[in-house]
Order: sequence, then C-alpha cells, then structure tokens
Amino acid sequence: MMGNVPKFTNVSALSDYVLELKNNAESQKIELRVCAGPGCSALGSLQIYDELLVSIDKNKKELTQKGLKPEVQLVTKCTGCHGMCQAGPVVTLEPDHLFYTHVTPKDADDIITKTILKKSVVERLLYRQEPRKGGGRVRRYTDIPFYALQKRIALNRVGVIDPLDLDDYLLHDGFQALTKALTSMSPEQVLDEVDKSGLRGRGGAGFPTGRKWKSAVRVRKDRVWVICNGDEGDPGAFMDRAIMEGDPYAVIEGIIIGAYALGATDGYIYVRHEYPLAVKHLENAIQRMEQAGLLGDNILGTGFSFHLKITRGGGAFVCGESSALMRSIEGKVGEPRAKYVRSVEKGLHDEPTVLNNVETWTCVPSIILKGAEWFASMGSEKSKGTKAFSLVGKVKHTGLVEVPMGRTLREIIFDIGGGLLDDRPFKAVQTGGPSGGCLPYEQLSLPVDFDTLTNAGAMMGSGGMIVMDDRTCMVDVAKYFIKFLIGESCGKCVPCREGLRQLYDILDKITDGDGEMEDLDKIERLSHTMEVASLCALGKSAPFPVTSTLKYFREEYVEHITMGKCRAGVCKPLIEYNINKDCTGCLVCKRACPVEAISGEKKKLHVIDVDKCTRCGICMEVCNFEAVDIISGGEIVTIHDPSLVNVKD
Amino acid sequence: MSTLIETRNVVDTNELQSALERIFSAYPADESSLIMILQDVQEELNWLPPEALDAVADHLHLSRAKVQGVATFYRAFSLIPRGKKVIKVCQGTACHVRGATMLVDEFERRLGVHAGYGISEDGAFSLETVNCVGACAMAPAVVIGDHYYANVGPDKLKKIIDKERP
Repeated sequence: MMGNVPKFTNVSALSDYVLELKNNAESQKIELRVCAGPGCSALGSLQIYDELLVSIDKNKKELTQKGLKPEVQLVTKCTGCHGMCQAGPVVTLEPDHLFYTHVTPKDADDIITKTILKKSVVERLLYRQEPRKGGGRVRRYTDIPFYALQKRIALNRVGVIDPLDLDDYLLHDGFQALTKALTSMSPEQVLDEVDKSGLRGRGGAGFPTGRKWKSAVRVRKDRVWVICNGDEGDPGAFMDRAIMEGDPYAVIEGIIIGAYALGATDGYIYVRHEYPLAVKHLENAIQRMEQAGLLGDNILGTGFSFHLKITRGGGAFVCGESSALMRSIEGKVGEPRAKYVRSVEKGLHDEPTVLNNVETWTCVPSIILKGAEWFASMGSEKSKGTKAFSLVGKVKHTGLVEVPMGRTLREIIFDIGGGLLDDRPFKAVQTGGPSGGCLPYEQLSLPVDFDTLTNAGAMMGSGGMIVMDDRTCMVDVAKYFIKFLIGESCGKCVPCREGLRQLYDILDKITDGDGEMEDLDKIERLSHTMEVASLCALGKSAPFPVTSTLKYFREEYVEHITMGKCRAGVCKPLIEYNINKDCTGCLVCKRACPVEAISGEKKKLHVIDVDKCTRCGICMEVCNFEAVDIISGGEIVTIHDPSLVNVKD
Repeated sequence: MSTLIETRNVVDTNELQSALERIFSAYPADESSLIMILQDVQEELNWLPPEALDAVADHLHLSRAKVQGVATFYRAFSLIPRGKKVIKVCQGTACHVRGATMLVDEFERRLGVHAGYGISEDGAFSLETVNCVGACAMAPAVVIGDHYYANVGPDKLKKIIDKERP
C-alpha cells in the first residue's frame, strides 16, 4: 500500500486519487491491526506482525481460494497505540472489531488459520472481564467499557491507520479539512470557525486558541511563525507521543490549516528527544507530503505555500514553556522570559509567533471538517470538545483514553480505567504534572475540565492522570516532584531556584524522620512566596504538588514528623522489613536477597538482618506467602489483603 | 576514575573529524543548528568530548562558552564518557509510584556506578535517570538502546544486565 504517491497539482487531482483509493479499498474484506505503540512494541508486537505475515504467506493459497488475497482483500498493518496498554500486545480485526489481547508471536498462526480462514474466534486471546463482572470473555472492543465510554477526536485515527502510509490517511478523511479550508474558506472564516468552536490549548494552560490566533493576526507585520509544541514533558503523560507516532499527518494537517488562517509561511514542530519514533514518523510524513504537493510551495495549486521543519529538543522540561521552547529552536539555552512580552507579538526570532500543542493542532482538522457547532456540542460549559488522558499508575486499565470534557474523575478512573490495581484502596489521583496536584477520594466527583480542577488545587494540565493507592506515600510524592523540578528549573529567578532547594531539604528532613511541626508552616510560607514571585509558570506552580498534598493529606505529614511513621511503607529511613509467622521457610527470599541479609534454614522461620537490609523490597516481591511485612513507627503498615482495608465507597 | 581516562583516550581524531564533517554538512552553519549538531555528535560518539565542542564552536562561529552553556543546559547531553550501553531508568510519576526509585538504587549497587556518573568496571554500562520516556502504561520502564523493558521489578535487574552485557 505504500507505493509512491503522485504529486497533486490541484485539488481535483487529489480527490480523484482518493476516489480511486476508496474504490480499490472496497474489495478489502479484513484488516489486521497490530498495535505498535510503545507498550505493545516493548512486549514484542513487531514480531507478531512479522509472524502474521509469515503465516499469511504460508496460507496464501487457502486465503486466495476464500477470496482473501493478501494485501488486497486481507490487509495487515502496524498502527499507533490502541490505548489499552494493559492488555498488550493488542491485535484487532476489522470490520468485526474483534479484540485480541496479550498476543504472542506464537499466536499468529492461530489468528490466520482459525479466525481468518475458519472464521472462528481464538477464545484464549479475547479480553477477559474482571471476575466481579462475570469474568467472561468479550469479543469486540466496542463492548468493553474502556472503549465504549470514550469519545475520540484527537485519537480518532491513532490505532486505526498505518502512521507511515499517506494513502491510509487519505482513506480515513485525511486532508479533507485542508482542502475545504483552502478552496472554500477565507483565512478569516477559518479563524472564526476555530474561535467559535471554543477550542482551548490542550497543553495545560487552556488559553482559547481562536483568541490567540486572532491576536497574532492583529499584530502581524510581514511574518508570523507557527510552532507545534511536541515537548511533552509532564512525567506520566504520553498522549502527544501517541498522536505524533500514531497519526502524524493529522498533526501536520492541523498546522497547515492554522498557518493558512494566520498567513504563516514557515513553522516548526518541536519534539522532545526522548521520542525518536515520533521524530521518525513526522519526518516521513513531511517528506511524503512534500512529494505529494500537500506541503511546501503552492500547496495543491492553490497558491498557498507553507514550509515545516522538525526540531528535536534537548531533554529540558522547561522547554515545554513556550518562550523557552522558542529560545531552544533558535539554538539557545531554553530560558523562559517574563510573561508580559507576548509570543504573538515577539516570539521566535522576536517575530509574531503562534504556538499550540500537538493535541490542539490535531483537533483543528475535525473542527474545520465537521464545524464549530459540532465541536462545541461536546464538553462542559467553558471547556469544549474532548480531552485525551494518559491513565496510569495503580489503575487496572492503564493506557490512553479520550473523553468529552466534564466527565468526572470517578468515571475516568473507575468506569473506564476499571478501578485500582489488585482492588487496593484509592488514595489520590495526580493530575497536571509537576504544576498540578493530588486530589483525594472526596474529590472524585469533580468534573474534569480546565477550570474545575484548578479550583480544587490541582489542574487538568496536559492530561497525565496518575492513580495512587494506599501504598503510595504522599510526602514522598511531593518530594519526588520537587526533586524533578530542581533538575528542571532553569535557575534564572531566585524564588524558583532557591525555593525549590529549600522545599526539598524540608521534605527530605521529614521523610528521614527528622521533621518538626514548624516545618509545615515553613513549607506554606515558602510556597506562597514562590507562587507570587517566580518569573514563569514553572516556578509559580512548582509548590502545587506540596501544597495540595499538605492540604488533603496533612495527617501523613504529621505521622512522619510525630510518629516516625510512613503508613505507605515507602520512606526507607522510616521502615524496616520483617518476616512474620506465615513464613514457610521456603528459602526463596533468602536466595533472592541481593545483600544476603536474610538468614534461615529450610522449613524454618527466616530472619532479616535490619542492619544489612537495603530495603529494596525484593523479598516482599518474591514471597508467595505474604510473610514479609513492613514495619514503620512501631507498627505493621503492610496490608496484604486489600479487602481488609477500610474502603470508603 | 581510571575508566574515565581510558575512554577519553579512545576518541580518535580522524574518526572525530570525519564524523563532524558528515554532521556539519547536514545543517546550515548558523546558531539554530547548534542543538541538532550536538545531538548528532553525541549519537555518533556516545558523549560530547571537548575536542568536538571546540570544532562545533568554530564551525558555527559561536564562542566556546556559548556552546558549553547549551551543552550543559540540556539533559540529553553528556560531557563525560559513557559505557557502551546506557541504561535509562524512567523516573516519570507513573514509574515513581510503581517503584522506580528502588530500581535506581539496585542498578547502582549492582553496577557500582552512580546514576549520571561513571562507567561499570567492565566498560559495558552507564546508568542514567530520565524524567519520563512516555511509556507510562508499562511502568516502571527501563530503556536500553531502543529496547523498552516493561513492568520492571528490582528482582529482574540481574537478568536484564546479563542479557544486555555486550
């Protein structure tokens, strides 16, 4: 399918080509979609793809006899992330929406010979419901709540198309919005449409996209730049990675439409260096689009020209901040500047610049194609459309989800995410990355949109959603974020640079068991100073992980200080491992201990030497009898059976 | 420290020169190419030796201090030699709550190096922490080369090291 695409010198040449593609595709009967997202490919999905091709080749005669000529009627492809990473590697079969989970290369033959040739389902590969929901197997992904409750716009084609194949994108409505904008809309009409849709920046700040674009047009001199921010730096977030890897053409289509509306001739996609596959897929897309006359000079013969380049980031979190990102594109150190200088006036090379993030740009083609009203009909009052989230941490169905704005945290975590891993009790959900906060159980009914979570002391941010259970220490989480930010603060202003160090020292003291109650007041005062006096958003929001945990989980801070107790069993200086009477003397932990801290004979109770023990937790992990406990503050804090925990529900 | 010096001497001037020429020809010779050139140099040599930084500064007509500033600002760059393979332990939030800190401790202990500094005695490995590799659904994640290890527990590290040892 990946032949050379001809160069389209006008719009009708493109539509003729798409028509022909569609006619050819009509003879296609079955499509095998192998997920090649980061999770599935780590678990060997590319081998599955190879094995499927081997098996198809082996059964070529039988398949052709059944009217399933490989590559014509039976198409096999690698796609971007399907979303339900927990079930990976995942293979889906269309048009039946058949959903195979935990597939191994060995299963490839069964998929071809049983499912394709004999039309029978390979039962063992089907998704299995949870025991409390019946435990039965489910055939189609459309019948699984994880997928059924989603509404996909930005992720619409991720997991559906082959991200390297321009034809496949064209077959799935690709570039229809671009053609519509270039041939039947004026730049002003495009601006109006985006403005009316209520689209707000998906990178975290939620600034109205239409308003940003319009103010750039107002100050426009002779040149305006467009930039796509693919520097997805929030730890725990990978939506943009999935979009850039899984649907790169859509990102670029959105950027070109924006450039047309803004009168821009040049632009950049800034991709963080940790995402080499995203760079590869975007480079491929740019190259093919240039060949096809969809990017570059005189796009589709309309007279509109736009050039796009990729810049790779250098692994600096602060470069996700727009002014720092622009300095980085210029080849400079990525230091942000004060906000009163607006990028739409003086951005890249001090010229007017419009910067939006990957997901925002990706929403644009759908808005142009289906209309502002359609987009605005979804979501909550002030946050329109849908939002993609990476649902991760201690949740059952980790992966990527996209829902209309305004769904509650509970719906996302429990209905779509399936609740907590091992059914342990929910403690908190962290949203908004290092600028966000941790929300407790009592806040689960909050609707997720730009404004509500901010009012609760967290923020929606770019869409990372990290679920935490009773084994997560909230003081440790706060310390984690502060440590993260120390490494990422550019150091330009004092409140951020020094404030973070002081916060870290205080938190470190507390997790070491040396904290004092007055430290909590110090934390609050220091946080306030940082919020008020830091130069950019990174510093202003840097204390949020601390202030939000202190607000909702103060008792954990107090326990660390007054009792020397870490109830989650995380803070190493406050815990000891101990073997209880359930020990059968099986020697497994003794053999596994990397520092030989465990003594004991076969069938006799083993003992841990606390002085030798490095608290690595391996013994607990390998023990099959729940015989290893964590002791903190003089009491056992480990709860092996989660059903014994007091669950508020 | 001896391993540091040994590896340092390995930088072959001819090899460096031809690599640099190849990389320079791919980009316009102005400041905006700096980060991308440094990235390519590092990809080629595994780190940024001072000789390379000198050459980059000359080529782009930038001060050596400016190049040093950029090279030290971005986490992606290493100004000290690294092992043949770099073990990257993800420190994203999802990885953290699923025990990534323990992995760093365990790797450090097993390899006898510090995260971000030093090479294992056999020259095989360096250890680095990464803020987030975007593989949050498979936390905790460890990346070596382009291979991602998913759901890594401290008890799996020995196997990974043995498998990856060149």
